[in-house]
Amino acid sequence: MAITREDVVHVARLARLEIPEAEVERLREELGAILDAVGKVAELELSDVEPTSHPLAVVNVWGEDEPRPSLSAEDALANAPDPADGAFRVPAVGS
Amino acid sequence: MIDTLRLTAEDAAALLDSGEASGEELVGAYVRAIGERDPDLHAYLHVLGEPGNGVPIALKDNITTRGVPTTAGSRILEGYVPVFDSTVAARVKEAGLPLLGKTNLDEFAMGSSTENSAFGPSRNPWDPERVPGGSSGGTAAAVAGGLAPWGLGSDTGGSIKQPASLCGLVGLRPTYGTVSRYGIVAFASSLDQVGPITKTVRDCARLYATIAGRDPCDSTTVELPDPVEVPEAEDLKGIRIGIPKELNEADGIQPGVTEAVSKSIALAEELGAEVGECRLPRSVDYGLACYYLVAPAEASSNLARYDGVRYGFRAPGDGDLTSLYSRTRWDGFGAEPRRRIMIGTYALSAGYYDAFYGQAQKVRTVIAQEHAAAFEDFDLLLSPTSPTVAFRIGEKAENPLAMYLSDLLTIPANMAGLPGLSIPCGLSEGLPVGLQILGPQFSENLMFRAGHALERALDFDFVPERLRG
Repeated sequence: MAITREDVVHVARLARLEIPEAEVERLREELGAILDAVGKVAELELSDVEPTSHPLAVVNVWGEDEPRPSLSAEDALANAPDPADGAFRVPAVGS
Repeated sequence: MIDTLRLTAEDAAALLDSGEASGEELVGAYVRAIGERDPDLHAYLHVLGEPGNGVPIALKDNITTRGVPTTAGSRILEGYVPVFDSTVAARVKEAGLPLLGKTNLDEFAMGSSTENSAFGPSRNPWDPERVPGGSSGGTAAAVAGGLAPWGLGSDTGGSIKQPASLCGLVGLRPTYGTVSRYGIVAFASSLDQVGPITKTVRDCARLYATIAGRDPCDSTTVELPDPVEVPEAEDLKGIRIGIPKELNEADGIQPGVTEAVSKSIALAEELGAEVGECRLPRSVDYGLACYYLVAPAEASSNLARYDGVRYGFRAPGDGDLTSLYSRTRWDGFGAEPRRRIMIGTYALSAGYYDAFYGQAQKVRTVIAQEHAAAFEDFDLLLSPTSPTVAFRIGEKAENPLAMYLSDLLTIPANMAGLPGLSIPCGLSEGLPVGLQILGPQFSENLMFRAGHALERALDFDFVPERLRG
């Protein structure tokens, strides 16, 4: 599987990973080798086979809509890197 | 004097019941053992030594514990202290099992050696130059090293069965849906299951009984069809055992592993089992490829939550929100999660979805069908758990694909949602070999029965040779 430097940069952007320029080539080689190995699935002719997304034949599970205790605002913010005024503070969106 | 290397959880419970030891003495013995040997083994990331009157337990550090740091082996969760308990942690607590500590793992349970832990590898109690397996290697090292009577791990592609195998222990990957995933740091949700790592099959059944069952907080869980039975029988009469050719003859299985497993198969026959060969032609050939598309795809979605906003690590620096996310994620994740996020994102991206992820989901159907066909003729299947005994630290660390092959024999059944039990079945080059027992969904009681009978007949000594007094 020929994966290009542009592919690596594109996928890193989709995955929100700020890949340093110096790492692109190494990751291209590693991902290329892995994609070569997993690309093996294409060898099988499976056009008549249904996909499996879940190992148990469980159908929708319904429950009553009952209020129950949940996290307090204080607990929810307990691990926040930058809490402010009862909220999670973040930099401007698209400055 | 409590010999923590030799003591099973059942022995420990007997000491407490008879009053021969108090809860405090028991926990104290493990805390002392941790003080003596954990500097070498690095099984634990956090030691608690909670007081209590039950048999103490070690939990893998991707099992959320209220008020106790839970890192999943990642810098991106360093310093994170959960404000809630996972369902399994709550059940263990309700059962009165004090928490000894949280054990090391490959970052986000991605790996087969614990070398991907951001906090350094654990070491195998049988030979500290070797890995304990992974990703639940910390729990396995703790139990084999006498630093916990039993513990919980999690298994996505083999992360309970393989470390149990490499450390000479019993490990159960339960049927998907029998143990709650609520509060388990998510890796690949259609595969992740929590299960016990113990010294005996009976301990394993007892711990499984403690954690299994439906949980309203995880709608993929189901009620067990039958209560868990702690096994007693010492024969295998009436049990039909299949030997899947491909799982037993795959490339890369060491001769010493084959030898120990072949002896166990012969022993199963002596114990009264009907043994025959069966085939899983495409499950083994295509299982690994299928897994390394499905699991990274799910991981790329699950790990999107680590964004430096609500909890965990946030990278310093200026810029807008997107740049905060991207810097935090690159700096916070180690090499393996980055690789898997990239593979998963690629496999799910426009133009590649059908060829990769869509095709892998179809392969998953084929794997389930092949196993279902095998179980028409057989009650259980046997194979090696790991192709190799414990390998040297560093041996595979720079080659992700070589590392992935560690799970070649555990992955196929996992893709089909099947349970698997690994029990120690002998030594090769002085290191433990694991026997994998596979069954249909919800066949844990039968696997426990067979595992117990074989364990009694094999008479494997679970105390690492170099630590025997």
